[in-house]
Amino acid sequence: MSSEEKYVAAAYLVVFGVVLLYFVIMALKVSRLEREVGELADLARKQRHG
Amino acid sequence: MSRYLSDVAVLARKDLRLELRARNTVPAMLLFVVAALVVFHFALPEGSSDLAAKGLLWVAIVFTALLGLTRAFVAEREQRLIDGLLLAPCDRSAIWLAKSLSVLGFLVVAELVALPAFALFFSGIDGATVAGVALADLGICAVGTVLAAMAVAGRARELLLPLLFLPLAIPIVIGGVGASVAAEPARYLGFLALYDAVFAIISWASFEYVVTE
Amino acid sequence: MSTSLRNNRVPLLAGLAAALLCAAIALTFFYAPVDEDGLNQKIFYFHVPIALTAYACFGWGAWKGLLHLWKGKPGADLESYVAIHLGVIFGAMTLITGSIWAKVSWGHWWLWSEKQLVLFLVLFLFYSAYFMLRFSVEPGPQRANLSSVYAIFGVVLIPVSFLAIRLANQYIHPIAFNRNGPQMAGSQFFTFCVCLAAMLALFAALYNFELAGKRLDARLRELRELLT
Repeated sequence: MSSEEKYVAAAYLVVFGVVLLYFVIMALKVSRLEREVGELADLARKQRHG
Repeated sequence: MSRYLSDVAVLARKDLRLELRARNTVPAMLLFVVAALVVFHFALPEGSSDLAAKGLLWVAIVFTALLGLTRAFVAEREQRLIDGLLLAPCDRSAIWLAKSLSVLGFLVVAELVALPAFALFFSGIDGATVAGVALADLGICAVGTVLAAMAVAGRARELLLPLLFLPLAIPIVIGGVGASVAAEPARYLGFLALYDAVFAIISWASFEYVVTE
Repeated sequence: MSTSLRNNRVPLLAGLAAALLCAAIALTFFYAPVDEDGLNQKIFYFHVPIALTAYACFGWGAWKGLLHLWKGKPGADLESYVAIHLGVIFGAMTLITGSIWAKVSWGHWWLWSEKQLVLFLVLFLFYSAYFMLRFSVEPGPQRANLSSVYAIFGVVLIPVSFLAIRLANQYIHPIAFNRNGPQMAGSQFFTFCVCLAAMLALFAALYNFELAGKRLDARLRELRELLT
């Protein structure tokens, strides 16, 4: 690959990489939210049967 | 309208009188600007042009202004005076105008020493530079006062103000250095006037939102 | 807007963004003719739309800030924050892709004579300070007010800075590099437009996605307080 092509590829990879990174961060957030919802559901169940 | 102006006058006079009594901000600014100029002498290697020195003058002005602005609302915050000010039946923007005028006063006093010192240490000051400094001061004080009020609302206020102020100061520095250095200063002076007008208007309009809690 | 449309907004926008991005990449590499500039023109197809999208983010953030101050619309401050947050991300992308393009075109990683790049550097500094401001003030109405005012200052700074940088170039770099203007052939222009639409769709998708996430956070906190 010519050096020019390498740079073009690098630019696109950077954009792609950032989007993927964003995806990873959001996925972590979703798993945290799931955990919180689980905790709250337990709390609610305890309150109802407690 | 005259009620507004008299409110501004009262508030500005209060700040100036406080400074005359306490005498901490202006002497510090004076000392700082002269010290900065000395540092710049050592920062410019042999053979640096006159123009580089002129550029550094503007750095000195911006950082001296920062010094003054950092002190601008400290007294109010520390002694809870800002609540009293806000209870006063005056337009909030009058507080902004008064504070800008008092900071402008301090800055002008500092420059009355800085410009001759610069002429002494480096090279002469021409009319365009002085005009540039005057116009830049207006912009610095207008914008700086709003930002100082914002910074004071937060935690790390002395750290925050330079971060908020410097990006907005970049166009001022460009205008000022251009006026000092370029062959046709008129364009740069015109730009500084534009900056002043635009930012003074939005500062005036937005100040009341900055101080309400 | 009906609830079902609002609930489905994020997946719809994400789908649209994905489709447009694929189309943009396909067009860039297979349809647009290779210019005299060579292959590095291809970076241009992403760099400029990313920059324009960043401007759109900052403008949108300022608009939401204005709505917060003027109409007191609840939630406008959060929307402003998310828009500016995305604007900084797109801004950083602009700087990175712009730097790569400068390296390819002229051999330097940074060019002070490239007005777009310098403008983005100033804006990046300005909006990074936005986050410093936001994190140093306690959450509440004052923080929302300060953020909104700052966002409005930012959007005013954009044209003023651009003018300043143009003026600065005259006394700093009297010799500027020449660059291809926006005179593009029809096929190039079409590719460019698709890329622009793709970036804006990406912004819209990410914006709604982040907002949904933050609103969910807030509702969970509320729920937690109700239960404990």
